[in-house]
Amino acid sequence: MTEIFGVPTQALFGQLLIGLINGSFYALLSLGLAVIFGLLNIINFTHGAQYMMGAFVAYLMLNKLGLGYWWALLLAPVVVGVTGVLIERLMLSRLYKLDHLYGLLLTFGLALIIQGLFRNEYGSSGQPYQMPGELTGAQNLGFMFLPNYRGWIIGASLLVCLATWYVIERTKLGSYLRAATENPQLVQAFGINVPLMITLTYGFGVALAAFAGVMAAPIYQVSPQMGADLIIVVFAVVVIGGMGSIMGAILTGFGLGLIEGLTKVFYPEASNIVIFVIMVIVLLIKPAGLFGVQK
Amino acid sequence: MSTAPAASSGDLRAQRVAFVVMVAVLAVAPLVIYPVFMMKVMCFALFACAFNLLIGFGGLLSFGHAMFLGSAGYASAHAAKVWGFNPEFAILFGTAVALVLGGVAGLLAIRRQGIYFAMITLALAQMIYFVALQAKFTGGEDGIQSVPRGRLFGVIDLSQPLAMYALVTVVFLAGFLLIWRVVHSPFGQVLKAIRENENRAISLGYDADRYKLMAFVISGGIAGLAGATKAIVFQLASLTDVHWTMSGEVVLMTLLGGLGTIFGPVVGAAIIITMQNYLAQLGAWVTVVQGVIFVICVLAFRRGVIGELGNRLKKPL
Amino acid sequence: MRTTFKLAAWAAAAALACAGPAFAQVSDGVVKIGVMNDMSGLYADVTGPGSVVAAKMAIEDFGAARKGMKVEVVSADHQNKPDVGSTIARTWYDVDKVDAIFDVPTSSVALAISQLTREKGKAFINSGAATSDLTGKACSPNTIHWTYDTWMLANGTGSAIVKNGGDSWFFLTADYAFGHALERDTEAVVLKNGGKVLGKVRHPFPGSDFSSFLLQAQSSKAKIIGLANAGGDTINSIKQASEFGIVKGGQKLAGMLVFISDVHGLGLNTAQGLIYTETFYWDLNDQTRAWTKRFVAQNNNKYPTMVHAGVYSSVLHYLKAIEAAKTDDGTKVVAQMKAMPTDDPLFGKGSIRADGRKMHNAYLVEVKKPSESKGPYDYEKVLATIPAEQAFRPLNQGECPLVK
Repeated sequence: MTEIFGVPTQALFGQLLIGLINGSFYALLSLGLAVIFGLLNIINFTHGAQYMMGAFVAYLMLNKLGLGYWWALLLAPVVVGVTGVLIERLMLSRLYKLDHLYGLLLTFGLALIIQGLFRNEYGSSGQPYQMPGELTGAQNLGFMFLPNYRGWIIGASLLVCLATWYVIERTKLGSYLRAATENPQLVQAFGINVPLMITLTYGFGVALAAFAGVMAAPIYQVSPQMGADLIIVVFAVVVIGGMGSIMGAILTGFGLGLIEGLTKVFYPEASNIVIFVIMVIVLLIKPAGLFGVQK
Repeated sequence: MSTAPAASSGDLRAQRVAFVVMVAVLAVAPLVIYPVFMMKVMCFALFACAFNLLIGFGGLLSFGHAMFLGSAGYASAHAAKVWGFNPEFAILFGTAVALVLGGVAGLLAIRRQGIYFAMITLALAQMIYFVALQAKFTGGEDGIQSVPRGRLFGVIDLSQPLAMYALVTVVFLAGFLLIWRVVHSPFGQVLKAIRENENRAISLGYDADRYKLMAFVISGGIAGLAGATKAIVFQLASLTDVHWTMSGEVVLMTLLGGLGTIFGPVVGAAIIITMQNYLAQLGAWVTVVQGVIFVICVLAFRRGVIGELGNRLKKPL
Repeated sequence: MRTTFKLAAWAAAAALACAGPAFAQVSDGVVKIGVMNDMSGLYADVTGPGSVVAAKMAIEDFGAARKGMKVEVVSADHQNKPDVGSTIARTWYDVDKVDAIFDVPTSSVALAISQLTREKGKAFINSGAATSDLTGKACSPNTIHWTYDTWMLANGTGSAIVKNGGDSWFFLTADYAFGHALERDTEAVVLKNGGKVLGKVRHPFPGSDFSSFLLQAQSSKAKIIGLANAGGDTINSIKQASEFGIVKGGQKLAGMLVFISDVHGLGLNTAQGLIYTETFYWDLNDQTRAWTKRFVAQNNNKYPTMVHAGVYSSVLHYLKAIEAAKTDDGTKVVAQMKAMPTDDPLFGKGSIRADGRKMHNAYLVEVKKPSESKGPYDYEKVLATIPAEQAFRPLNQGECPLVK
């Protein structure tokens, strides 16, 4: 068996692949956060809870309505996105005139409420969610067994991330969005309904989180706590990537997943903190983030 | 985030009266209320006051203050249990650790402002959490257990509840008064000026970064004092004290009590701890209630309890 | 003569007055029992509300009402956190006048409560936690360890597997007191029986994604992957292991601590063939079956785990000891519990050693194939009975300061 730096290639590639899978979730979630932050200048602490809601909607759809994974993938983001729209209309919009930190506090409070309600109902251990039949089984890649489902995660995330990037950076709708970020009043003066755009953008970011949640359900167990610790890592990813940069969020998400995977091979004790250490280093060298623009 | 006008003599009198009331309550409380409960309230009140120094007067929202509470707790527990320090030295050691951590974290966090500052403190605290999880001496999930209460100055046996209570009260009042002094000092005035308009303060010749760093270190140190004391009272240092939910709780206590007020954090801490105690039977409802309080405070009750009271009386409290 | 008669009459009257209500020496007239465990997390099915049901059944069967003894039960959720558990225990002891605490899964919480109980002079009878340190380095005159411990698990399951050819191991360990103790005790057994330990990895407690740890286990090529974890963690490790083709690749999973509720959660298809050790199974004999029928009716049709049985058995013996010692002072009652032999329909006859270890038989069981299962929860077949003296660690090996 060949070895790289004293580690058998099988172990190395296996962990790298798992790192890519984690990176897919980091990328999807930090993309949602970046989209929301870019336009609303609000750090959406509720993002972790909305990720969890996506998984739970999928679980409930399966157990109460008999609707399977593929329906959930389509409908759960819509359902959770609608709750996001309600949150923005009823609560967040009142805070735009105030210090942006209040937005952070509000979304933090909402996260507590949502997580607490789900914990009350379902306890804190996970509910199982069945893997969709089409994606069970594994491919024998020689250096490891890659479960089909985990391969699907990487593929689907890449697709969604790139599609989002394309819409925002390369389409007319996206250009309105970016313009509204720079100068909302001017854009409003041109007749574009900026508040509506803001509401829909928040809804979209939330839907992205829910989409990630549905993808996570078959492998990570559906539990009320599933988003809570993950969201902090995603914050670090967003700080490293540079808040407000779409491509930055995607690349950083996947990249950090890979680095975390590598750390697990060579120095497993540090795997939890490596992302934070990188954040510290980036802050010292380039405070605006790797791809960020100093606002 | 709030504007407290400069204190006039009438204002100071109101604050002095409030202080006397607080001391009286603390003196009488152990006769009617379970002393361990009161000690918990005091430790968290001190924690919240320290946090408030940074946000209410410095305008810096730290979302990672648990790192000071927790690491000082671990340091103090370790010193008391493994090195056999007397409790007063264990607490001092814990506070010292928090001060150093405040300096290091502050240097990194000060580089950015507003939301970014909050994110950085959150991420740094999470890093400390994982270090605490992995490090041998913290005992991971088990925490540091069976921390001896010890003998204060080698003489006073702190396993007597009233003796411990007296020590905690003294520590709390000392920390409280220190914060009060910092706020009502030239340093405090400059800090408020920086909060109101940083560029103008810089143009007036003040090194804003240095002031902010100092505020961060003091705030962290006093939060550490609270944590170190708490570890001795409960004879336990655990991961709960470094977890980010603890950082969220201190924000809640201060927000509820009143950001930028002197007595707000104390009242906020008392309310939240009491609520946690009485609703403990209801399990996860505590989290929901806390979330609801957060949302209501942010949307409609931004001044907080003491802030509203002070507004009615037209005197800053 | 008349004075003597009068004196005697007074003395008799005085004696009768002192005898008074049967349990007058019980503190404030009530025996208050606290059942503390995980009500909503990963051990909720193993312990949880079922333990409260078991405790109440024990009070009923003891006949407390008939005997004039007032017994109350309170319960709380310690959320598997030592600080939450010790705060609850402190309040229970200081304010609510609880006399004894039962159950308490999660070894880190159990250790904290054991220490606190000792300081307050109360009684702690643990049914849910595993760490053998409770009767070893951390033993206490106020603590009794019922049901099972890591030494018994390691020696029961571990030696059976090694003797069957599983001589190279890789450990996947829950990173807290229980996991460490289980890993330590099992490693000792493996090495003693001539096996090798090829590696170990610690996962956060509670964990959710074991994929990277399982990959490491897979690449170690160890014949046996020892799961030094419990409850939801074990279930998830086993599920994810099958995702990654670990069992297909020829390695075997050894669940070091498995409860019947875990088998229920996994389903017989996934769990069949699992070998583990426990000290109670509902289908052992007529007495256990009769008790189980009553238990199931009060517990939402969920069958009892050995922890539930342990709570029933320990509460019963505790009440008997109070009756005999005529006091509920913790230290004295625990001493009395050790002095009296135990007997109940679930564990049969047994005893409690000086270090606080309850002695009873252990059973090596294997999970049935789906075709072999004839009814609800008909999951296990007993491969062997391990007599008490062999099942638990010898008294002199525990480093318990109480044993000299």
